[in-house]
Amino acid sequence: MTVRVSVDQDRCIASGQCVRTAPSVFGQREEDGVVTLQQADPPDGLTKDVKLAAAVCPALAIAVSER
Amino acid sequence: MAHSLTDIRDRTGTTEREIPQYPMPRAAGCPFDPPPALRDLQAEGPLSKVRLWDGSTPWLVTRYAEQRALLADPRVSADGSHPGYPHVSANLKFRSTRDASFIRMDDPEHARIRRMVTGPFAVRQVESMRPGIQRIVDGLIDDLLAGPKPADLVQAFALPVPSLVICQLLGVPYADHDFFQRNSRLLINRDTPPDQAQAAQTALIGYLDQLVGEKLAHPGDDLLSRLATERVATGELTRHDLASLGRLLLVAGHETTANMIALGTVALLQHPDQLAAVRDSDDPALIAAAVEELLRYLSIVHSGRRRVALADIDVGGQVVRQGDGLVMANDVANRDESVFSGAGELDVHRDARQHVAFGFGVHQCLGQPLARVELQVVYGTLYRRIPTLALAAGLEEIPFKHDGLVYGVYELPVTW
Repeated sequence: MTVRVSVDQDRCIASGQCVRTAPSVFGQREEDGVVTLQQADPPDGLTKDVKLAAAVCPALAIAVSER
Repeated sequence: MAHSLTDIRDRTGTTEREIPQYPMPRAAGCPFDPPPALRDLQAEGPLSKVRLWDGSTPWLVTRYAEQRALLADPRVSADGSHPGYPHVSANLKFRSTRDASFIRMDDPEHARIRRMVTGPFAVRQVESMRPGIQRIVDGLIDDLLAGPKPADLVQAFALPVPSLVICQLLGVPYADHDFFQRNSRLLINRDTPPDQAQAAQTALIGYLDQLVGEKLAHPGDDLLSRLATERVATGELTRHDLASLGRLLLVAGHETTANMIALGTVALLQHPDQLAAVRDSDDPALIAAAVEELLRYLSIVHSGRRRVALADIDVGGQVVRQGDGLVMANDVANRDESVFSGAGELDVHRDARQHVAFGFGVHQCLGQPLARVELQVVYGTLYRRIPTLALAAGLEEIPFKHDGLVYGVYELPVTW
């Protein structure tokens, strides 16, 4: 499945779970560790990791939709 | 006493004596498993009433999906000053009203304060601590191996690792490590007389306050320097706030990590095939997976996540009323078969990344990135360096922390 990812920086609590799960898709900003999105349209090989990242995000700050 | 599904679900039919006391005891001989009564309640339904130490009757939530939804629900509050908040004990209720740290606040105030301190815990930041943590672990193992057998792994290794790592995190000068460790041990140890524990806390906060002052003048590459220059110099935090935060990080990250080190060792020694997989692996991914699985399997924070409902909430057909207390038993949620197949088995090859050992929602453990690196280094080093590590007592002789706020062992006699 091909997906589009978006993040809500206001909800994020900087747990870093997404970075550990899909490090080429998610980063953390320097000042407070809040999520940054490195690529909104990741390759299909990363779909599973990206969906897991959304599931483990404690703040429900990641949205993954089919594109 | 058997409960039928209708007994539990029918609120008008439930009498006072049918509401079980919480927490419940673990089964003798099964020190790694949650109490059987919790498993029974989980099988019957996602939530039910329990009775606490003060006679109050909050809702106990046992299933993974419902816990996850409630902990992320903005109608659910972590504020301990609400009348219906289910406190763990009289002692913690008292401390909670005096010390309103961000762990007992709701958003937006909680988020405002928490975001002041999340920067230093970013994944990349704690990764840069890995070599220093490796040196700490190797040094303690050197000392252990040079010392007498049997040894108490708790005193010799499990307790010192997190306090030395906190020293590294905060930027405590090496010359002051002994002072810091000595007072940390007094503060953490359950047998320390209250006046000595208080003196240790005062000494530590005084020391940290002085250290913050030094870091303001001469900042280094550590958490205290970073927060001193970014938040104290700007007036967002006072010196005392930062010293208190240092103490909070020490206490929060000390016993938890120490208990995972000791209890994880017991669990692996009891599962030799799992121990061999961890010990003989060169693959950091396997060690990382083992850490997540041990966090899930052991679920050392076994007193439940405490919350209170701010509005009526429907939970699978049952209405939780505004003002009702909620206890999310994340230990038994980590054994939910609908999420973790064969949940009762320790399997380091499992993908356990969805566990809730660190909680869920906006209060999920701040220190978890650091805890992960510490445990990866510990589990990835200890058994490789001491391949013949073994218990020096029977499992039944090891004192488990059944009544502890956090589960673990008080002593762990080992030999090699």
